[in-house]
Amino acid sequence: MKVMAQMTMVMNLDKCIGCHTCSVTCKQAWTNRTGTEYVWFNNVETRPGLGYPRTYEDQERWQGGWVRTRRGRLKLRAGGRAKKLATIFHNPRLPSIHDYYEPWTYEYDMLLSAPQGEHTPVARPKSLLTGDDMSIRWSANWDDDLGGSTATMQDDPVLKHMSEHVAEELEQTFMFYLPRICEHCLNPSCVASCPSGAMYKRVEDGIVLVDQDQCRGWRMCVTGCPYKKVYFNHKTGKAEKCTLCYPRLEVGLPTVCSETCVGRLRYLGLVLYDADKVGTAAATEDTRDLLAAQRSVFLDPHDPEVVTAARSEGIPDDWIDAAQRSPVWRLIHDYEVALPLHPEYRTLPMVWYVPPLSPVVDVVASSGNDGEDGRTLFAAISQLRIPLEYLAGLFSAGDTAPVERVLRRLAAMRSGMREVNLGREFPEEHAAAVGMTGAQIQEMYRLLAIAKYSERYVIPTAHTEIAHDLDEMACSLDVDGGPGMGGQGTDGAGPFGSSSGRPTPVAVENFHALAARQTADSPYGPSTPGRVNLLNWDGNGRPAGLFPPDDAGGSPSPGGGGEPPGAPGSLPGGRQDATHDDPGGSPGGAR
Amino acid sequence: MDVNPAGIVLWVVVPYVTFAVLVVGSVWRYRYDKFGWTTRSSELYEKRLLRLGSPLFHYGLLLVILGHLMGLVVPKEWTEAVGLSEGAYHFVATWLGSVAALAVVAGLLILVYRRRSTGPVFLATTRTDKLMYVLLGGSILTGAWATVHTQILAGGHGYDYRQTISPWFRSLWYLQPEPALMAGVPAAFQAHLLVAMLLFAVWPFTRLVHAFSAPVQYPFRPYVVYRSREASGAARAPRAGWDPTTTPPTTGPSRRRP
Ligand code: SF4
Ligand code: SF4
Repeated sequence: MKVMAQMTMVMNLDKCIGCHTCSVTCKQAWTNRTGTEYVWFNNVETRPGLGYPRTYEDQERWQGGWVRTRRGRLKLRAGGRAKKLATIFHNPRLPSIHDYYEPWTYEYDMLLSAPQGEHTPVARPKSLLTGDDMSIRWSANWDDDLGGSTATMQDDPVLKHMSEHVAEELEQTFMFYLPRICEHCLNPSCVASCPSGAMYKRVEDGIVLVDQDQCRGWRMCVTGCPYKKVYFNHKTGKAEKCTLCYPRLEVGLPTVCSETCVGRLRYLGLVLYDADKVGTAAATEDTRDLLAAQRSVFLDPHDPEVVTAARSEGIPDDWIDAAQRSPVWRLIHDYEVALPLHPEYRTLPMVWYVPPLSPVVDVVASSGNDGEDGRTLFAAISQLRIPLEYLAGLFSAGDTAPVERVLRRLAAMRSGMREVNLGREFPEEHAAAVGMTGAQIQEMYRLLAIAKYSERYVIPTAHTEIAHDLDEMACSLDVDGGPGMGGQGTDGAGPFGSSSGRPTPVAVENFHALAARQTADSPYGPSTPGRVNLLNWDGNGRPAGLFPPDDAGGSPSPGGGGEPPGAPGSLPGGRQDATHDDPGGSPGGAR
Repeated sequence: MDVNPAGIVLWVVVPYVTFAVLVVGSVWRYRYDKFGWTTRSSELYEKRLLRLGSPLFHYGLLLVILGHLMGLVVPKEWTEAVGLSEGAYHFVATWLGSVAALAVVAGLLILVYRRRSTGPVFLATTRTDKLMYVLLGGSILTGAWATVHTQILAGGHGYDYRQTISPWFRSLWYLQPEPALMAGVPAAFQAHLLVAMLLFAVWPFTRLVHAFSAPVQYPFRPYVVYRSREASGAARAPRAGWDPTTTPPTTGPSRRRP
């Protein structure tokens, strides 16, 4: 037994309102750079729908993940080592940018700078790849809320695998949202596909990362990941992926997507597992047994034997303690309501989901019945085959039994808690019918519905006392214009073109920038002539463009040696001295 | 033997300088710019032409490199010792070489056309890339021309570079350069050599460095790579101001709930 700890996420899909806050905050934090315009480490898909990139779940086409050979061994679906090397000059299974979408911006400046004319100026969409005008045809969530789905939904790979009758019955449609990040798999096929060995799984917490200094841009990981959660930065020529916000996790903070989730539906915690069993579990013959196989890899953190083994592997005590308090472990193991996404890809994904009961509730409620009545719900769960089969296609390789079990537990919780809210006893027979006790269900309710921040995120901090090198990060965030990057300025031109050069640690860069600014004689000048970004202005002086130009020429003339207009001598911070240096002049200009 | 100064510069100084620049430049770039060390693939933008051109070019180039190694490194006496006559060698080298050259040239044409005609790919082309393309194209075309001109069109056994260029090339490695050998070499070969040396001199500063990181170790490593946080150097002490929120300890027993 080789005990390892894995930082794991569970999302409770019933609570997702599809607001995309998680995607936006994640993008703002990590991928708002050129080259990553189309990169969504976190994306939220409406299901049924095509997902992002379009039809990524169609592994016949994209060849992600693992397959089991006839001899019972695991093989990368896109081909083993020899095939990888043979196709290295051209990866036949790489999605092209059009399978994601062509990133664009709008010509916003037109709105301000267009000459006066008969027609209202418009901001046309411009491609970020070519700079040309473009018509927008797709994006990361183009079929949001089933928008336009009548044209595209039949291409949903999960629907395609369901039985024939489904397509016709789609009129009585159901839908729900599926937020996705990298699964930080136990058996990551992206890592296995990387010819350079630049991708790795971190021993301590199982986070899967790309070493940006070692990535050579062979793009095999993009194909290898069945969830298409490794992206190719087309500017730097390197692969990038969700890092599970490890710089935050290391200091005990939840990921940005969890922190900002409006529905508070994400849970973070440790799961202990037996690394020796991963290979066998992933090679389980029947894909429908993979869920059970993956569960069998996990180790109970309360088991004294496991604790001893974990200690002997060097897992610190506070980590073992965190594993015992892990909300994720409770959802996966104690209540068994969390399921993995597409276990059939054999990567043993570690972002699990509580499947949504709401499609069922919605159908019941819209047919005029009581959507919170236990018996009605139980009956509906077994009758409404379409949502059930669809969820099974996502979470249990098509086997409806585990999904049905979870939904019944959620239904028991929903109806039981209504009784409690109405001041009655928890109906124990409902709990017993789903193999739980009333107390257990109420505990589960607490965790799913009202758990506080510290209960949802149980994150032990990294043990920095054993780290060698405290400041220089060699990680997937130190990229051009990225958060860990500073030295190359906004246009990022290193000596060998836009993506080269060694990044300066951001702390060093900030330190120097601040020092330079504080000791400068002239006020901070704007980078765009004629505009000052007030958010960047440090109150030092009066940069050109802060005020509209003085056209009359009559009123107090700038540069007169006296107090410049608009800058009374009482600027906060006692910075008035600086205003004398360059009153109303050109940016950074000397006298 | 007496060689004119131009000969010494061209066939002694330039090769050694090129070699020095190649080695020092590569080491320097590897240390300084690991992040920029990539293929800078543009497959994301365009696949159809790349699928045709890239394998054609790269596989052709591998063959060409193999051929150059055979021709330059293996002395003529050795091949003859194993019973390969000059005629047979010439035949194999010329025809195999021509097929490879054809593949490389065709691949290069497709790739250059793709680069020019696909908007995003063209925009992603840096000035260094353009210089590299000129030198790469130049050495391939001069090489191909030298082969066609002196080997195929000239008839007979063609020009025997294994009497002149190859010994000169090896003499550089023995540190006893013999520039005199290069005196009578046809201009096409001389041009090919000079352009190629220029290419090697800029090599470390272009995307061509990706050739040095051919993933030869991939077949021999376990599929899943584990790395410790220590080894990756990614761990840091929490910086000042990033301490997580905690409830302050209560000041006295009076504030504790029973
Ligand atoms: S989900 Fe993440 S860890 Fe799993 S294969 Fe894809 S990129 Fe790798
Ligand atoms: S922020 Fe939360 S609720 Fe909103 S889309 Fe993301 S996961 Fe769903």
